[in-house]
Amino acid sequence: MSDTSLKELRGSAAIVGVATFGCGETPGFTDMELLARSAHAAVADAGLKMSDIDGLCTASASATMWAMPVVEYLGLRPRYIDSTMLGGSSFIAHLLPAMQALQSGQCNAVLVCYGSAQRSAQFGRREIGAARKWMDPQPYEAPYEPMQPLSSYALAASRHIFEFGTTRRHLAEVAVAARAWARLNPEAFMRDPLSIDDVLAARMVSDPLSVRDCCLVTDGGGAYVLVRADRAKDLPQKPVYVLGNATAVWNRQISSMHDLTVTAASQSGREAYAMAGLSAKDIDVVQLYDAFTINTLLFLEDLGFCKKGEAGAFVENGGIAPGGHLPVNTNGGGLSCVHPGMYGIFALIEAVHQLRGGCGERQIADAATALAHGNGGTLSSQATAILGTAAAL
Amino acid sequence: MSKTSEVSTGGVQAWHAAELDQGRFLIQRCADCGKHVYFPRESCPHCGSAELGWVTPSGQGTVYAVTTVRRKPEAGGDYNVSLIDLDEGVRLMSRVENVNPLALKIGQRVKARVQVADGNGRVLFDAVEGVAP
Repeated sequence: MSDTSLKELRGSAAIVGVATFGCGETPGFTDMELLARSAHAAVADAGLKMSDIDGLCTASASATMWAMPVVEYLGLRPRYIDSTMLGGSSFIAHLLPAMQALQSGQCNAVLVCYGSAQRSAQFGRREIGAARKWMDPQPYEAPYEPMQPLSSYALAASRHIFEFGTTRRHLAEVAVAARAWARLNPEAFMRDPLSIDDVLAARMVSDPLSVRDCCLVTDGGGAYVLVRADRAKDLPQKPVYVLGNATAVWNRQISSMHDLTVTAASQSGREAYAMAGLSAKDIDVVQLYDAFTINTLLFLEDLGFCKKGEAGAFVENGGIAPGGHLPVNTNGGGLSCVHPGMYGIFALIEAVHQLRGGCGERQIADAATALAHGNGGTLSSQATAILGTAAAL
Repeated sequence: MSKTSEVSTGGVQAWHAAELDQGRFLIQRCADCGKHVYFPRESCPHCGSAELGWVTPSGQGTVYAVTTVRRKPEAGGDYNVSLIDLDEGVRLMSRVENVNPLALKIGQRVKARVQVADGNGRVLFDAVEGVAP
């Protein structure tokens, strides 16, 4: 497909329903139950019935054939199915193929949904980690026992510090800004005050990243519904149009990443901006997948909000906190709001909430454009979405 | 340059591992584009050629990125995990063993050796004097 026709897809579909369920700690729920509650609520939010859903996008970090049990559980008969699994970026990467399926008439309403009981599940992280060594082996890294995924991000942080003079204090600014936003969000999981000194004094896990440089481990589900723009006008919610979307993967292992200070977000961002006809300066509110504090710095640079190497200075003195020069991760992000294994869908849902205008204390006034960026694996997959209200069409 | 493993010896991953278990660290070089390749592949990730052969690297390299994985003393204590750029132009994950992990710096010159424990070989590095070429 030529770039011209990708541009024709700009604004052709809209997110008309969103929901989350069980974000935080929900013992007794399965992944599927969290997904189903979120899916049901998102379809209701869209003013639709589950029987209207004829497209499904979903992914799981553990089940390899996840779309099938989801179809069965929700009682769907989808004509379009995408279960591409790129880690935490998946649910943002699902957008563009779904827009093409909607535009072609293959389907009329796509449900994108996810759930994980990662925090509370009996079959927990330890067991999944052990199983993954057999199901998804990494024989050239595993012998050295990196604490994955954390150590991969720590290696990237070491390189950013070495090349650009970034400091642990800069990383701490990211965690503190996320917490400050979380304190404005009643649904965020971690809302206690957090200072730069708290982060600097936190237990080191894989240098230079401390436990406060790492995302939460929570339960939670999230879902959204995508329809063609002409149909969105007749549904109850204010439509949030997809202006641009692109996905890029350059590697799986951190040891195969060409330059640890430049992620594939530089490609996904460039292509998403091109489709949207916008650039970083046009974006009102930004949601970046902050699995670790270094992510936010890398993505601010790779998505054009500042020059390469300058993200440390960009976030200084509350630069991305409430009242700063760019609102980033307004729900509190994966660091302080919610992070059930894969966070990407929650970044997108927060962007939709901001564009609808119902975010209470944390609302960005008159937000008309938003960027939601997902990351997966160990800086391995990157997916960028640019969203807008009718005013941005 | 020896030829890529034959069908009878299995794929390149098994060949590489078997050589390591014998104390030999091999990387690949593409006969068509001339670039070195690591980790082992069945085709060249640079040019797509299938003409990859095995070569013995110099073992000289430079620390590209570094982390210290914190571990309780009773579990064995802290340890280094590094990314090493070999002088041949390939990168791999490993550990630098003869330096306090917290004192190891990016840019440190290192030399590879193969450690064989319980029959399983792995590539480790030691810090050495010198500067990157």
